[in-house]
Amino acid sequence: MFIVCSVLPTRAVHPGRQISAAMTSLLTPSFDAADVPRAIAQQRSRADRIFRGISFSAAAVSLLIIGSTAVFLTLGARDAFGTSGVKAFFTDSVWNSSLGTFGVFGVLVGTLLIAVVGLMVAVPLGLGLALFINEYAPMRIRRPLTGAVDLLAAMPSLVFGMWGFFVFQRYVVGVAQFFADHLSAIPIFRVFDGEQLTRSGFIAGIVVGFMILPIVTSVARDVMAQAPREQCEGALALGGTRWGMIRSVIFPFARSGIVGAALLGFGRALGETIAITIIVSLSYQPNYRILTEGSGSIAQLIATRFPEAQGLEHSGLVAAGLVLFIVTLIVNLIARRIVSKSRSAH
Amino acid sequence: MTLLEEPSTAIPAAEPPPAVSTQPAAIGDDTPRKVRNVGRTDLFEMAVALCSGVSLAVVLSVVMDWTNPLTLVLWACVGFSVSQWLLVRDRAGSVVATDRLMTSLVWSSGGFAVGILGWMIVYVAAKGIPGLSIGFFTEDMSKVGPLNPGGGAFHSIVGTLQQTGLATLFSVPVGIMTAIYLNEVNGRMAPVVRFVVDAMSGIPSIVAGLLIYTVWVSPDLPIIGKQGFSGVAASMALTVVMLPFVTRSAEEMLRIVPGALREASLALGAPEWRTILKVVVPTARSGLVTASILGVARVVGETAPVLLTAFGSSSTNYDPFSGPQSDLPLFVWSLLKQPNAAQIQRAWTGALVLVSLVLILFTLARVVSNRGARLGGSR
Repeated sequence: MFIVCSVLPTRAVHPGRQISAAMTSLLTPSFDAADVPRAIAQQRSRADRIFRGISFSAAAVSLLIIGSTAVFLTLGARDAFGTSGVKAFFTDSVWNSSLGTFGVFGVLVGTLLIAVVGLMVAVPLGLGLALFINEYAPMRIRRPLTGAVDLLAAMPSLVFGMWGFFVFQRYVVGVAQFFADHLSAIPIFRVFDGEQLTRSGFIAGIVVGFMILPIVTSVARDVMAQAPREQCEGALALGGTRWGMIRSVIFPFARSGIVGAALLGFGRALGETIAITIIVSLSYQPNYRILTEGSGSIAQLIATRFPEAQGLEHSGLVAAGLVLFIVTLIVNLIARRIVSKSRSAH
Repeated sequence: MTLLEEPSTAIPAAEPPPAVSTQPAAIGDDTPRKVRNVGRTDLFEMAVALCSGVSLAVVLSVVMDWTNPLTLVLWACVGFSVSQWLLVRDRAGSVVATDRLMTSLVWSSGGFAVGILGWMIVYVAAKGIPGLSIGFFTEDMSKVGPLNPGGGAFHSIVGTLQQTGLATLFSVPVGIMTAIYLNEVNGRMAPVVRFVVDAMSGIPSIVAGLLIYTVWVSPDLPIIGKQGFSGVAASMALTVVMLPFVTRSAEEMLRIVPGALREASLALGAPEWRTILKVVVPTARSGLVTASILGVARVVGETAPVLLTAFGSSSTNYDPFSGPQSDLPLFVWSLLKQPNAAQIQRAWTGALVLVSLVLILFTLARVVSNRGARLGGSR
């Protein structure tokens, strides 16, 4: 392996210099060779090559993990796809291990609904929090605040679930009741008499929103911090208010990055498991009315059924996991691409 | 709207000069003018808006017979926002009004996030502390009936230590070497690896558990035979979760090592591997340690992957290589589903131990990174 350091073609140089080069070559013919830049070949020592090999093999572990996830989950899912059919697996809402018929349509709908509710909570809050840390908060509390956001990210899903189920649900049911009373004209908020409002996708979605808040915040902060400072200061110097500056400089600049942040949060929300499992009562049927009891997510299905699963049902759960893997992978890659594009574009 | 009464009381108060700055600086005065965003008028307006918001909420809740405090708070927020906007608009126009409104909203979203975190930690502490005892750390649950007193999380603490320990052992060297590959070696495959690490960081943790289940736990492997549920399987699943996190943050840490150090070392004739191991990595050491500790903090509370790989158990299993093992999240998880108060109490205490563990790891990371900064190393 070698690196060519400088490739200056002699003919492209300034004419005057060409003459002088010709003259020097007349005077000292040995310089002739010097005009063609020397290709600097770097022969790495054996130790270096071994070191590079080791570091590459470490990097290859990640490749291996992603590759084997795709391969082995597909292999493991074959049986379940075989007994219930690939198409039916996506369009049916059944989970019958003795008949071997599996369909994740219902929980797929639940997964998406919960994640969307989560986004409704996390995006405004996360943007506010990102602006707060970047622009509004006094310098002294910015570092502790960043620490608090990191801590929120490290809080176990389990603790979110327990808090959500035992504490938060008590209060948020009132909000759900308000929605049910006043917004029932909208189909997804419809509640029929006597239906429970606890253990619903709505409540789980809000808790999931709190869980994805840190990632939305940190990515949004990252992209907003890239906004050119001179333009921000210019906006303020022209007499703009702070909000005017944010709206006219930071938001247009960070728009695509914010979309990416929201998508990253969405990807996380799709994969949340334990908090949803604690809060929501699992239903295999799609429940579009998010305020009412019963919903579900793919991850919840796996965590709930796994301990009791036998034989073929394991394969069904692996198939569900494969679906989750593919969906989150696609969402994440799109999100990462948007974020890194918005970073490098400016 | 009832709010319209308030602005009329507020207008006389708006007579003091607009409060963007407190005092005009005298010409030739060398002391810098203090730039303040919130003046006395703003504070007054906020106080009035707060009063009207709270009274709106109180009146509404009396009229509508609400008892839920969260609804009350939300209505107070709505009332506050609307009345603040109207108040400021009357004084300074709608542009400033929107600015003030957004300032309040942004501040409250900051307060909200901290509030949620604090609420959660305080609640877990309040629920968990009554169950704390020496026995909680020294006994396991193998001989404890559901209604009996006693018992503890010893088996889970052993499991947590072994599983996260092994996961750290797997993922920290691999993660740091991957970061070196990405940032120092920067080989041909670096973009691909970076892409894959990004992709991996988004994998739901339960999928990591399923992966280890399908490749390690369930199949009849050649040579070593069928493994079944075990602590080491759990640590592999945790590795899958932890590896991208460690890699990404280690890469960040390596990136801030000044290039001049590398060049100096290479110019002195040191080979690449020596430069990396003796100059770059030691410079970034405290950052790398911080990254690893935060990685542990991330996975110590993971339940889903462990459920699928270690399965959980109520007795102490010291051998991470065979047989089901519990750990703290699984301990909490299994007790949570049981319908009696004693078990739920244990679950809360377990959650408290878990949260304290995360807090301790965070503090540790902060201490390490601060010390690194003081010693003149990287962050």
